[in-house]
Amino acid sequence: MAINWFKYSSPASFYSLAGKMTPLFSITAFALFVAGLYIGFFVAPTDFQQSEAYRIIFIHVPAAWMSMFLYLIMASWAAIGLAFNTRLSSMIATAIAPTGAMFTFLALWTGALWGKPMWGTWWVWDARLTSELILLFLYIGFMALQAAIDDPRRADKAGAVIALVGVVNIPIIYFSVKWWNTLHQGATVSLTQSPKMAATMLTSMLIMGLACWMYSIAVVLMRTRTIILERERHTMWVSELQGTA
Amino acid sequence: MSWASWSDFFAMGGYGFYVWGSYLVSFFCMAGEIALAFNRKRTLLRQLSLIHKPIQKEQNNETTP
Repeated sequence: MAINWFKYSSPASFYSLAGKMTPLFSITAFALFVAGLYIGFFVAPTDFQQSEAYRIIFIHVPAAWMSMFLYLIMASWAAIGLAFNTRLSSMIATAIAPTGAMFTFLALWTGALWGKPMWGTWWVWDARLTSELILLFLYIGFMALQAAIDDPRRADKAGAVIALVGVVNIPIIYFSVKWWNTLHQGATVSLTQSPKMAATMLTSMLIMGLACWMYSIAVVLMRTRTIILERERHTMWVSELQGTA
Repeated sequence: MSWASWSDFFAMGGYGFYVWGSYLVSFFCMAGEIALAFNRKRTLLRQLSLIHKPIQKEQNNETTP
């Protein structure tokens, strides 16, 4: 029995699959958010140095992770769409951009609100902060470029180029704290060394990271389905869908 | 971590403005994004039904003698 790997690469079949998966991811996201926030605020102890202000970490770090992670995913789908000319891949890339931009903004926003009490300033032209700001402009540039081009297929190609060019910015953000050693502290969580955080704090942050990931999948799947309908409105299956919807 | 009282919880060790400022904006960003996604789909479905309903009406009329 040959598995047809490409069954779900057709917009029509992906539309129904995404429809079934979206509730699954949104429920998981909601449950993980509740668990993460509960542990973060009611189990994790007070920090000896920052007292309670450190609790911003439970949203700041997951948002920063997601801003970089979603950009890489977006660039990969854009590259696949460009290379194989598969329009569904480009649709997914287009669907990821707004969520990625939101998490980048949240990383900058929560960072500034954490920096004010701890560093005494909302903003400083620090290597990491500046490269994260560039990431936000990249996301906005991607969305603006795609919106500026009428033909969706040409917009996909142009978007893919800007997304791929911007990929170099991701390692810069990640290693900026090591290379330039400016104000922002180094990586607290690494897969190689032993954790430098208290167990409950680390657990809460990881759960919140997973929650943001599930949330992103749910929102991106929902937005992809809308984009599929927008671009396939002339097809038979959409008009049939219309008949029943 | 047991908070003495709710007001103690919201004071957040004196950093309440910063902590709740971060979490409230995060919540509204996510809730807003979900609302926008739903809204985008609803308006699209409404537009599509405007296009497809007349077509179905025409098809029905053809059957009447």
